[in-house]
Amino acid sequence: MRTIFRIIFNGSPAYFIWVIFLLACIIQGLLAYAGQFTEGLIVTHMRDSVSWGFYIGNFTFLVGVAASAVMLVIPAYVYNWKPIKEVVIFGELLAVSAIIMCLLFVLVDMGHPERLWHMIPFIGRLNFPSSLLAWDALVLNAYLAVNTFVVVYLLWSAYKGEHYNTRIVIPLVILSIPLAVGIHTVTAFLYNGMASRPYWNSAILAPRFLASALCSGPAVLLILFQVLRRITSFEIKDDAIHKVAELMAYAMGFNLFLFGAEIFKEYYSNTHHVVHYEYLFFGLHGEPSPIAWYAWTSLVFSVVAFLLFVVPATRRNFFTMNLGAVMIYFSVYIEKGIALIIPGYTPDTLGQIYAYTPSITEIRVAAGIFGIGFLIFTLLVRIGIFLLFEKDNLVREDSALENKVGVVRPGEDQL
Amino acid sequence: MNTPENKQSEKVNRRDAIKTLFTLAAAYTATGCKRDADALRSFFQTNFREMSPEQLASTVERWERRYEKRFDREVKVSTTPPQEDVLFGYALDVSRCIGCRRCVYACVEENNQSRDPQIHWIQVLEMDKAKGIDLMHADAYYDAEEVPQEDKFYFPVQCQQCENPPCVKSCPVGATWKEPDGIVVIDYDWCVGCRCCVTACPYGARHFNWTKPSLPVNQLNPDTEYLGNRPRPQGVVEKCTFCLQRARKGRYPACVEVCPVGARKFGNLLDPKGEIRYILENHRIYILKEELNTQPKFFYYFSI
Repeated sequence: MRTIFRIIFNGSPAYFIWVIFLLACIIQGLLAYAGQFTEGLIVTHMRDSVSWGFYIGNFTFLVGVAASAVMLVIPAYVYNWKPIKEVVIFGELLAVSAIIMCLLFVLVDMGHPERLWHMIPFIGRLNFPSSLLAWDALVLNAYLAVNTFVVVYLLWSAYKGEHYNTRIVIPLVILSIPLAVGIHTVTAFLYNGMASRPYWNSAILAPRFLASALCSGPAVLLILFQVLRRITSFEIKDDAIHKVAELMAYAMGFNLFLFGAEIFKEYYSNTHHVVHYEYLFFGLHGEPSPIAWYAWTSLVFSVVAFLLFVVPATRRNFFTMNLGAVMIYFSVYIEKGIALIIPGYTPDTLGQIYAYTPSITEIRVAAGIFGIGFLIFTLLVRIGIFLLFEKDNLVREDSALENKVGVVRPGEDQL
Repeated sequence: MNTPENKQSEKVNRRDAIKTLFTLAAAYTATGCKRDADALRSFFQTNFREMSPEQLASTVERWERRYEKRFDREVKVSTTPPQEDVLFGYALDVSRCIGCRRCVYACVEENNQSRDPQIHWIQVLEMDKAKGIDLMHADAYYDAEEVPQEDKFYFPVQCQQCENPPCVKSCPVGATWKEPDGIVVIDYDWCVGCRCCVTACPYGARHFNWTKPSLPVNQLNPDTEYLGNRPRPQGVVEKCTFCLQRARKGRYPACVEVCPVGARKFGNLLDPKGEIRYILENHRIYILKEELNTQPKFFYYFSI
């Protein structure tokens, strides 16, 4: 335990600046949330017309990150990466942090968060199986539990210096793959099942969720792995990174294809339902849409990133590959955070338009939640790296601790 | 014996035990904080449908006490059960409606909606005669002083009391359900404020209390129903209940009563001689968003 504290409380100045920055984000977020808790959700810009907004958009995006981080375990097996546990564990660490952020985003969106116990089976009254939000609560918590267990168990084994029991870890890791597909599918179904919202009521919504998640999650890990292998003894071959990039190219290609299929259906059949896409990309009744700029950015980023990843030369070049990964991350963030939720509500079910953009409170609370998530992730990664790669060195040269653990660079481990 | 009843009671016992623990823990905190004991009991209140008659009686009494404290006047909270062999239906004559919005404000007064920000359970849409019933070109924000406009007609929308309500299906905690007389109600003390139902409703009939509803004391309607028009807290969803505080006592909803042109009709769908059945049999009916299979018990018709 003492060593853990030493890892957390020791580090380079850059590490401390990063942690203090995150703590500042968290504190200002808490202050913003305190205002929302007393005043009510009126301090957001959500209204009856657009009754979910930035919070639920972030939630949806992070479900994708959480799901795909673990789905990367599949190529880890397929391409036979040697240090399998290391790869798995970083995917799981990311999944745990992302799921915690997901749950927090749902919590801050609730009118009565203190009534959360109404959702606990047997104590409250969970409306299972008919409510999709009930399903989502169950699968998200199951996913969080499985991943937390695996992470804690792997780190505990490393701490004790024992080899982990593959008969415990492998089945759980395999179980987390269908669960990862599950959290994303159920979240898609949450929107998909709403016949009142034609924009979401499309059978390819869940496949689109999976395709875009298989781009955004690996984009995070791709950059993280490069950072880790530079600053630790964690070995990942270039070939493996390029294989992930190749997988992302296929996923992005499929994502763009599905998007094209949706656009074709809407514009060729040209029913009333096309208004939601009109609002997303242009605007309605002569009023420009406040989200059109985001929508086009997201689309251009996905296409450019797809080209960068599909051409072998740019995929193998680390500069263009990293540029593509960043573009994919922002493209999917816009797609899930803005382009999915807002046009679904605009125009509303009675044809009325309420032009929603998040309020300052929503942005501040969201920054606070990202602060919590990044802080958890930073600390977990530091502990993970130390236990997996640096503990043995420490035994030999204890005095080297200061230099060894101050290596997670701020700013880089967030992507 | 492991009969279903035994299992049931076992389950209930375990649940009660957990609840007692919770309550004890909370009571302990409460003595420390000197918090209002009634507020605390309200926090641990069970779902309306799971209350025993005794629990319900004490809950109602507690809420009456809390409202009296807040409004400084007597507030009656009833729990009138649905009547046997009654299924409420509503018919609205689109050709008569002049868009005056009197129904909107009668509803606000009767049902204790928030005055600021305003919550309206009825939305009247102004539509072009040339376009017909076309929501994409409808205007909910027309000036009601200038009605009726020559080339327009008016189309009020409120809860359609669906037989197959998407809102009920979507609620994660079972805080909203369809009563045997067909009215979809909400337990305001159980709603967690997730707004799944607001999203699921195809008629924009569900309204969220984005902040603490303002209800001036002199505008309070003190004759309230537990699942209907009693004052709501911040952060929960509310909706039209066909004025169940009136309907279950054989009265017309406020919107029906106030309509100056008699465009609104209300009654028991199971009564073969009733007015609603007469309208269904003798007029052409329009069902809003019929393709969604929500099966409304709110029927639009055209008498002229």
